[in-house]
Amino acid sequence: MRLLTHNMLSSNIKGVANGFPLGLEVQKFVEKQVDFNPDFLKNMFPKIEWKALVTAAKTMGYAELPEEVESSMLESEDFLQKFHHALLELHLEEGALICPETGRRFAVTKGIPNMLLHEDEV
Amino acid sequence: MSSRPELQAPPEIFYNESEARKYTSSSRIVEIQAKLSERAVELLALPDDGVPRLLLDIGCGSGLSGETLSEYGHQWIGLDISQSMLDVALEREVEGDLLLSDMGQGLALRTGVIDGAISISAVQWLCNADKSCHNPRLRLKAFFGSLYRSLARGAKAVFQMYPESLAQRELILGFAMRAGFAGGVVVDYPHSSKSRKEYLVLTCGPPSVSTAIPSAKGEDGESCSDDDDDSSGDEEHTVSISDRHRPRKKLKVSKKGKDRKWLLKKKDQQRKKGNIVPPDTRYTGRKRKARF
Ligand SMILES: C[S@@+](CC[C@H](N)C(=O)[O-])C[C@H]1O[C@@H](n2cnc3c(N)ncnc32)[C@H](O)[C@@H]1O
Repeated sequence: MRLLTHNMLSSNIKGVANGFPLGLEVQKFVEKQVDFNPDFLKNMFPKIEWKALVTAAKTMGYAELPEEVESSMLESEDFLQKFHHALLELHLEEGALICPETGRRFAVTKGIPNMLLHEDEV
Repeated sequence: MSSRPELQAPPEIFYNESEARKYTSSSRIVEIQAKLSERAVELLALPDDGVPRLLLDIGCGSGLSGETLSEYGHQWIGLDISQSMLDVALEREVEGDLLLSDMGQGLALRTGVIDGAISISAVQWLCNADKSCHNPRLRLKAFFGSLYRSLARGAKAVFQMYPESLAQRELILGFAMRAGFAGGVVVDYPHSSKSRKEYLVLTCGPPSVSTAIPSAKGEDGESCSDDDDDSSGDEEHTVSISDRHRPRKKLKVSKKGKDRKWLLKKKDQQRKKGNIVPPDTRYTGRKRKARF
């Protein structure tokens, strides 16, 4: 699972008011090279919760993202490359996602988060 | 035995390891799913600007449908309830991210972030109650409600589906509309039992020009064998809809009405299907006098 997906996920356990961002528990992560596409990054940028991306990237050992951003930075190739790397090239392989309100763990195995809810969480 | 997988076992049981493998190694299935997915992408009608979008593949299975999204250059997140199907997707090294998730529990996604969704041959599964805690109506409601929230304004969701009956189609469509979607059903090749395919085309947001139902393929087509599905560019395209947002009247056909010849042909077709049809008489298809 890439940080792109992490940035889109939000815990939907019954009764949880704000399920974002899910905490990251990293046992293993991998880096995979992906084609660089600035158009995609520009299209995604307004939808990204930046703080959550910065924190998640750090948890995965990547601390190059600026803490504060504004859309003018999308003109910078250097910024786009870092954004690209954090969003699409860092994969959580083994570990868990943690609901910020309830602490419930969603295990991640072979890169796939298990988001299935228990009966009483629906 | 019933040939509908939905009636045999819950999806996570039906799509076990051997079925997942069988499914994905059948070149016939691979080809069909690719065709369905291509048509779904076409119906998504994303802006033609070459910009990759973030899409969902709901009930992504082993990634056959998602691969089509990758071919178009899009990024995608696929979710499926069957671990075995997802395992095959991993083996095939699909480019999208995968989630083990039950759409009937609602999607665990933020609001307004997804540019579009496709779902190929999956949504009819929601109409079954596979566990005692399952209520298809609640599950459809949770699913469409969460999908609506996760999509960006104006984004579309296209479901190729195999409803078991008219009632099932209406049920699915009804919950989509209640969630706030505008749209309806597009039926390609409605006269061919083999090639007939249904797509639920939904738009997030109030009805507008952009939520109009796209044209179906080959509605007039006698010839629509599986092989010439994609060569249908010149055929006259017409629309088959079932659309809550349109007044009833519009569904009625033209000023002249259908003629007697057309009617006799239709009645004959119905007879051949074994349906009970009133006998043909000199009154059949006769002009009625306007009354009141
Ligand atoms: C016929 S397969 C289609 C798979 C893929 N879309 C394709 O085109 O090859 C239907 C898929 O829907 C999935 N499915 C059924 N019910 C589901 C549910 N409630 N949530 C998520 N996926 C489900 C099944 O596990 C199965 O993988």
